Amino acid sequence: MIQNSPALAPLLLLATAISLPVLAIKKTKVAYPVTMVASFGSVIISSYNICLVLRNGPLTYHFGGWFPPIGIEYVLDPLSSFVALVVNVIAFFVLWHSGGIQEREIPGKSVPYYALALLFLCGANGIIVTGDLFNLYVFMEIFSLAGYGLIGIGEKQAPVASFRYLIMGTVGASFYLLGIGFLYIVTGSLNMADVRNILPHIHGNPAVAAALSLIFIGMGIKMAIFPLHGWLPDAYTYAPSTSSALVAPIGTKIAAYVLIRILFFVFGVEFVSQELPITDSIAWLSAIGILYGSVMAMAQSEMKRMLAYSSIAQIGYIGLGIGLANPLGYIGAVLHILNHAFMKGSLFLVAANVRRKTGQSNIAKLDASLRKKLPWTMAAFTVAALSMIGLPPTAGFFSKWYLALGAIDRGNWVFLAVILVSSLLNAVYFFRILEKVYLIPPPAQKTGEDLNPETGKGRGSLVGEENFSLMIPVVIISFSLLLIGLGNATIVEMIIQRIIPLGM
Amino acid sequence: MTDFLLGHYVYWSIIALLIIGLYGMMLKNNLAKKLIGMIIFQVSIIMFYVASAVKWSATVPVLDPAIGVADAAKYISPLQHCLMLTAIVVGVATSGVAFSLAILIYRHYKTLEESDLMEHMKSS
Amino acid sequence: MRKHKYNQIVLSVSATVSPFIMLFGLYVIFHGHYSPGGGFQGGTMLAAALLLIRLAAGFDIAQLQFKRILGTPLGSIGVLIYFGTGFLAMISGGEFLNYGFLPFAGFTEDGLRSLGILMVEIGVGVAVMAILVAIYDDLLEGYLHD
Repeated sequence: MIQNSPALAPLLLLATAISLPVLAIKKTKVAYPVTMVASFGSVIISSYNICLVLRNGPLTYHFGGWFPPIGIEYVLDPLSSFVALVVNVIAFFVLWHSGGIQEREIPGKSVPYYALALLFLCGANGIIVTGDLFNLYVFMEIFSLAGYGLIGIGEKQAPVASFRYLIMGTVGASFYLLGIGFLYIVTGSLNMADVRNILPHIHGNPAVAAALSLIFIGMGIKMAIFPLHGWLPDAYTYAPSTSSALVAPIGTKIAAYVLIRILFFVFGVEFVSQELPITDSIAWLSAIGILYGSVMAMAQSEMKRMLAYSSIAQIGYIGLGIGLANPLGYIGAVLHILNHAFMKGSLFLVAANVRRKTGQSNIAKLDASLRKKLPWTMAAFTVAALSMIGLPPTAGFFSKWYLALGAIDRGNWVFLAVILVSSLLNAVYFFRILEKVYLIPPPAQKTGEDLNPETGKGRGSLVGEENFSLMIPVVIISFSLLLIGLGNATIVEMIIQRIIPLGM
Repeated sequence: MTDFLLGHYVYWSIIALLIIGLYGMMLKNNLAKKLIGMIIFQVSIIMFYVASAVKWSATVPVLDPAIGVADAAKYISPLQHCLMLTAIVVGVATSGVAFSLAILIYRHYKTLEESDLMEHMKSS
Repeated sequence: MRKHKYNQIVLSVSATVSPFIMLFGLYVIFHGHYSPGGGFQGGTMLAAALLLIRLAAGFDIAQLQFKRILGTPLGSIGVLIYFGTGFLAMISGGEFLNYGFLPFAGFTEDGLRSLGILMVEIGVGVAVMAILVAIYDDLLEGYLHD
């Protein structure tokens, strides 16, 4: 059974997702524990896979016993097992946190919510592991439809935001499908490794250039590269807090991973950087996106909307790393996938905690009473904010360092200036919140309002916050940013150095 | 020139469907019309794959005892048809989700015009 | 709620034709691995047979044919049949969905593969039928009660 391990993670999540409506038909309270067990199982399977791959080399798995190029093949190389581990760990912590907050925000819909969350993770795991182009489309649609459902399950403005996301996301996936149609017609195969071997022989065929452009635009819409980002701010703002915390760290990273996989491992580095220089356009669009996201984030007054624009900027970093197309930039991009998942995960969970405590998440209304009411959450926010700005030894510094080295390596000083200026802009909008919470003295005590933490009820009252299960996941994710930062040399050496594509 | 236009008439009609779908999605104000545009767009991609599977003087890919299995050039390629079955199912699921969202929007805002919805979103 | 007006011609024709559509849908599912057809196509026809009665006779009378609460759980059961076949192949030593390893006695290897395809198609047919009817019921839910 254990030799099936490449395929076990998506299958376990799929089996749990489809058995939830049957298991929870009488008692809906059973949805949350079952989800936690499945998510923890996927974390264990991903850890086992990455240890196996680092020791033995790439693993393949053939569905139904049919060998490629006829059959569907799952490939675990260090890149895919690394991204799978990151996605599963973040999802585990976010789903743990959701237990305390989900009933308040989306009353009565816990079974559909957890089934959608598990389908979302099944799609994400399937995209990461698969080695077949059409299978990637199928899993991407599972993942996207679950995402539209997770965002649209909220109230008031959430269905409108989700509808816009649906239209744009379906256009993106359809362009991807058209692109692989062109590839199938000229190469005759749908397997990634097989297409990789055939493409150099059909040099100069305009259909290959058309396929590359269509796939890039399709994945660019899902990844929210600069001009194609219009769906992102509304979708992340108006969704329920638990849904934003699940979709935001994972959604766009998966599209970035697909772009890395197809550009560098199917088409080949020389084709995308010399013959049809699409990496140059990716780099310039990402640079504009970084500046646009940072500037717009400074102008926002609501915390979740600010974090959404900040996500556009951070995806710009990953796009810049892809567009530089040299080893240092590539290392920076992959390391930033890891860092940004953890940073955004903890920031959106902090926003969820603030919203639960004070009923809203408007920045102008934050005040120093949060210092007493949510001490650990605000400490976690501080660590995450320092990491977003890029102060050593937090994790964010190292990915920006590699990206800056990559830009210097290419001799492109504009990109270096963009990276530095955007770090300063990040500092502006994060310090605004830190100043309001920590540096301004607390307001005069109103009568009846009790800022004294010891009189709070609940098990966590000794450490100052009321609810353990809401506080612990946030704290763990934030403080692991310090661990990732200190240990980043190990991560780069053992994992990322091994997967630099040929020709870089 | 005539070969470019008349020889590839299948692909020109697929391009026409694609542009009609994109026109519906981008330039129409009502959400239901945007949805119809999206469905037409997905259908055009399905047509593209099916059109690429055809061969000269070949028959449907169902085993014919008169022809047998030896000569694969006598049957049209069935792989694209299988892929498009999956794509049709995906399209049905997407339409289902989209229509449910449209009904939720209508129930809350009592309108499906996008210009009115953008104003409501900013104000509430 | 608007009262449903019954039209005798529509009602008689639908009630007569619906069982035949169901029968044809079953035929399409079971012959999917030999002739054009298969799980999705047959499931859609079964759903059409159920939706015909929902449209012709009204939602309340159609509950006698297929109840509303059966929709989503039956869909899950259909997908679980599909998954169960693959899982059975996985624990009998092969990969997921490798029908040659299914543990049924008395079949040749080709017969086992044919049987595996049939089981998977039945699962898909049940799931598609239940989910299409469930989509219709959920879209109609708000209209019935406001």
